[in-house]
Amino acid sequence: MLFTSYSFILFLAVLFVLYYLVPRKIQWLLLLAANFVFYAFSGWDNLAFMLITILSIWLIGRHIGRLHQARDQYLAEHKADLNREQRKAYREAVKSRQLRWLLLALFINLGILAVLKYTNFVIANINTIRGWFAAGELSFVSLALPMGISFYIFQSVGYMIDVYRGKYPPEDNILRLALFVSFFPQLVQGPISRFDDLSQTLFQEHSFDGRTVTYGLQRILWGFFKKLVIADRILVGVNTIIRDPEHYTGIYVLVGMLFYAIQLYADFTGGIDITIGIAQTLGIKVKENFDRPYFSKSIAEFWRRWHITMGTWFRDYVFYPLSISRPMLKLAKKSRTRFGDAVGKRVTVYLSTLIVWFTTGLWHGASWNFIVWGLLNGVVIILSQELNPFYNWFHNRFSVRSSFFFRFFQITRTLLLMSSLRILDCYRDVGISFRQFFSIFTTWNIRELVGGQLLNIGLSVADYLVLAFGVALMILVSLRQRRGSLRDALQERPAPLRYALTIAAVIVVLVVGAYGIGYDSTQFIYNQF
Amino acid sequence: MKRKKPLIIILLVILTIAFLALLQALLMPKFQTQLLEGGLIADYYQEQNKDHDVIFIGDCEVYEDFSPITLWEQYGITSYIRGSAQQLIWHSYYILEDTLRYETPDVVVFNILSMKYDEPQNEAYNRMALDAMPLSGTKLRAIKASMTEGEEWLSYIFPLLRYHSRWHELSAEDFEFLFRRNPVSHNGYLMRVDVKPVTSIPTPRPLPDYQFSDICYEYLDKITDLCRTNDVRLILIKAPSIYPYWYDQWDQQMVDYAARNDLLYINTLQHLEEIGIDYDTDTYDAGLHMNLSGAEKMSVYFGRILAEEYGLADRRGDDLLAARWNEKAAAYYRQQADQYLELETYGYLRAFRYQSD
Amino acid sequence: MEALLEILEELHPEIDFLTHEKLIDDKILDSFDIITLITEISEEYDVRIPVDEIAPQNFNSAQALYALIQRLLD
Repeated sequence: MLFTSYSFILFLAVLFVLYYLVPRKIQWLLLLAANFVFYAFSGWDNLAFMLITILSIWLIGRHIGRLHQARDQYLAEHKADLNREQRKAYREAVKSRQLRWLLLALFINLGILAVLKYTNFVIANINTIRGWFAAGELSFVSLALPMGISFYIFQSVGYMIDVYRGKYPPEDNILRLALFVSFFPQLVQGPISRFDDLSQTLFQEHSFDGRTVTYGLQRILWGFFKKLVIADRILVGVNTIIRDPEHYTGIYVLVGMLFYAIQLYADFTGGIDITIGIAQTLGIKVKENFDRPYFSKSIAEFWRRWHITMGTWFRDYVFYPLSISRPMLKLAKKSRTRFGDAVGKRVTVYLSTLIVWFTTGLWHGASWNFIVWGLLNGVVIILSQELNPFYNWFHNRFSVRSSFFFRFFQITRTLLLMSSLRILDCYRDVGISFRQFFSIFTTWNIRELVGGQLLNIGLSVADYLVLAFGVALMILVSLRQRRGSLRDALQERPAPLRYALTIAAVIVVLVVGAYGIGYDSTQFIYNQF
Repeated sequence: MKRKKPLIIILLVILTIAFLALLQALLMPKFQTQLLEGGLIADYYQEQNKDHDVIFIGDCEVYEDFSPITLWEQYGITSYIRGSAQQLIWHSYYILEDTLRYETPDVVVFNILSMKYDEPQNEAYNRMALDAMPLSGTKLRAIKASMTEGEEWLSYIFPLLRYHSRWHELSAEDFEFLFRRNPVSHNGYLMRVDVKPVTSIPTPRPLPDYQFSDICYEYLDKITDLCRTNDVRLILIKAPSIYPYWYDQWDQQMVDYAARNDLLYINTLQHLEEIGIDYDTDTYDAGLHMNLSGAEKMSVYFGRILAEEYGLADRRGDDLLAARWNEKAAAYYRQQADQYLELETYGYLRAFRYQSD
Repeated sequence: MEALLEILEELHPEIDFLTHEKLIDDKILDSFDIITLITEISEEYDVRIPVDEIAPQNFNSAQALYALIQRLLD
C-alpha cells in the first residue's frame, strides 16, 4: 500500500475509528493487527522474514537480559568474597557470553538483509571479475526485497545492541516487541525508531484528544501537499533529464540536480510528515527525522539534520563502537609512535568515518554508485575537518561569520555540494554520473534555458507556477518554524478561519496534486532501501 | 453561543460539500463544442419524455448510422440511440440495464461489432460511457466490469479525483456550461453531413482465430436474457461499414447465435443495394461511418422492418407526441442547415476538425 | 584533571571547559570530538571508555568526564 493510495487512506480511516472505539487496554493490540494487515498487502511471504526477526530478537534479547540479571545477582551476593580483579574478570566473562548471543542475533538479522539485498550485487561483481578471465557468467537470482526491511531490521538491531549494552531491560512480551518492529507508518521509509523512545507512547492507552488529532491531521495534510503537489510533479522533469543523459548535459545536469534536491526533499520529508502525523493522530510520538536540513552550513551539519534517525543509528551502532574498538585504539597508538601525534589523533576517526560512510552507501542501495556516493560524503566531511585551521584563520582575519551573506553563501555551498553528490543517486552509474557532472563545466549550453526548452522536459507553465508556489511555501514554513510551532500559532486563530484554511489546503492537494491517470504513480524513493 | 455551535458546524460541512460539488462540476469535461460523442450518454438523462418504442445500444455504428427523426417521420416510430464511442459489450449491457430502469421499449437493437473486443480498450471510452450515468447499483457493476488496469473505481464515484488535473486547461466552455448543457445529439444520433467517399476496399488479413471470446458471448447472453425477462424483442444488427472488416466467420457465428436464440440478425452489408447505400456519398470518413444521407437511408430501410415485421404502430396520430417530435425535427433540420453552411464557409465541420474517426 | 582540560582545550580553544556544563546539549562536542577525546584519554590515563558510557550525562562537562574516568579507573 502506498501512502498516497485510496486503499491506504481507507485503511487509515477504519483503523482510526476502531482505535478510539475499542477498550483502551487493547488499543496497542489493534495496532499490531493493523500492522500485519498493512504488511500482508505487500505479500504474505514477506511476513515470514519479519516473524524471524521478531522471534530472534525476542528470544535472544530475553536471554541476554537474564544473563544481566544473573550477573548482578551474583555480584551482589558475593560482594564480600570477590576482589576488584575477580569482579572484573567475572564481568568480562559474562560480557563475552552475551556478546556471542548478540552476534548470533546480528548474524540472523543482518544475514537476512544481506542475502535479500546484496546477493545480486555480489553476483554482478563476480561476473565482472569472471569477465576479465573470460569465464562464464553466473545467473542472477530473483529475490524480492520485502517492504521496509532495511528499516525494521535496523530498528531491531538497534534494540538488540541496546539490550546488550544494558541500556534498558529486554521486552518480555513478544507481542509488544512485534508491535515495535512492525509499526506500520514507519515501515515504508523510516524513521528508524529506538525502543526506549517509541515504547513510551506506543503501548500507552490513548483517549481521543481533539488537539493532538488535529495536529496530526494537519501534519498529514502538509505531507500530502509536499508529496503530491511538489514531489510527484517535479519528478516528471527530473526523470526526463536523468533518463536521457546523452541529450541532457551541461546546464540540464545542474537543473536536474536542483530539481532532484527539491523532489527528494519534498518526497522524503513529506512522507515522514505523513508518518509522524499518522502516529500523532493515534497519540504516538515518533522521533523527528529532519531539522530544516537545507539550512545547514556544512555537510557534517547537513547529516545531523537530514534523515537524523539514520545518522544517529550509524553513529551509535557503527561509528562509536568501531572507532574506539581495541584494534582501532591500537592502530592509533602505533601511528602515533610511527608518524607523530597529528596522524595518530586522526587515523581512528578518519578510518571509522570512511567505513561508516561505506556502509551507509551500501545501505542505501546494492550498487557501486551508492558506495561511491557514501565514500565521497565521508571524504568531503574529512576535508572540511582538515580545512578547519584555514576557516579559523579566515574568520579571525575577516569577521563575516555572522553576516547574512556569508551564511547564505555557506548554505548555498552545502546545498550545491549535496546535490552534486546526489548525481550518483540519480544516474545510478558511477561513470555516467561523473561524465554528467563534468559536463556542467565543459558544456556551455546555458542559452538553451532561455529558449523555452525547460517546457520540453514534461513540465508545463502551469507546473512551474505550482512548483514555484510550493517551493516558496516550503521555504516560508521553514523560516517561520524557527519562531516556534506553526500549528500552535494557527490554533489561536478563530475556529472558522482554521476550518476554512484546512479545507482550502485539502482542495489544493485534491485539485493541484499530481496524482491519478496521466501521472506516474510513484513509489517513495526510500521505499526499497 | 454554545447552542449555535452545532449549527455552524453543520453549515460549514454543507458549504464544503457544495463547494466540492461545484468544483467537480467545473472540472469535468463538458463535450459541448468538441468531442461531442462524449455528451451522448448525458443526453439521454436530460430527455424529458423517456418513452420509446425502440432503443438502440452499441458503438459509433449505431449513433452515426441510424436517425430516430427519420424513423419518426417515415413510420411514426419513437426511438432513442443509447450509443457511445467505442461502447464495449459490457457497457452496452449495463447501459441497457440502466435504460430499463426508466422505460421498457418494444424492441432493442444491438449492433454486434463490439463482439470482437474482449477486454477494456481505453479509459477515455469508459469515461464517456459511464460518467454521465446516475449513481446506482447498475453503475457500480458497470464500473467494475469496465475498468482498465490502473484505474480506480473511486474516481468514477468522485470524478474530481480523475479530472482534477484539468484545472489549468479550463476553458470558457467549462464555465459557460457549468450549470446547463445542450443536447449534442438528436435522440442519440450524432449528425454529420460532410462526405468523404470510399476510395479503396481493404483486403482482410486472415486472423489466427475467428472465435468470439467467451466473455463477449456471456454478455450477449445477458443482453438476450435481460430482453427476454422484460418482454422486449431483441434485434442484432451489423452496420454497413467497409472498415473494420466484418469477417464471414464472424458473421456465421452471429447467424448461428440468432438462430439458436430465435432472434433477428441483419447484416446490412448484405443488403446494400436494397438500402441504397452509395459509398461515394453516404459516408463521411471513407467507409467507417455513415453520414446523414447514409443514416437516413439506413433508417428508412430498418424502419420498414420494424413496422412491417415487428408490427410497431404508427404513432403520428398522437397529437401530443407529434408536437414533441416536430420540435425535435425542427432542431434536426436546423443543425442540418447549419452544418451545410459551415461546410460551405470553412470546408469542414469545426466540432469534428481534430477527429479522424 | 589538568591533562583532561588540556586535551579539551586543544579541541575547542574558544570554550571555557571549567564552567561549561552543556557540551553535548549545546552541540559543542560532535562525534569526531568525542572519538578524539576517547582516544586521547586512553592514551593519557590508560583507561578504555566503553561505548555504552558514551552518553550526554558523561560528556556534558569536564567534571562529568573526569568523574567517568575516575570511576573506570577504580
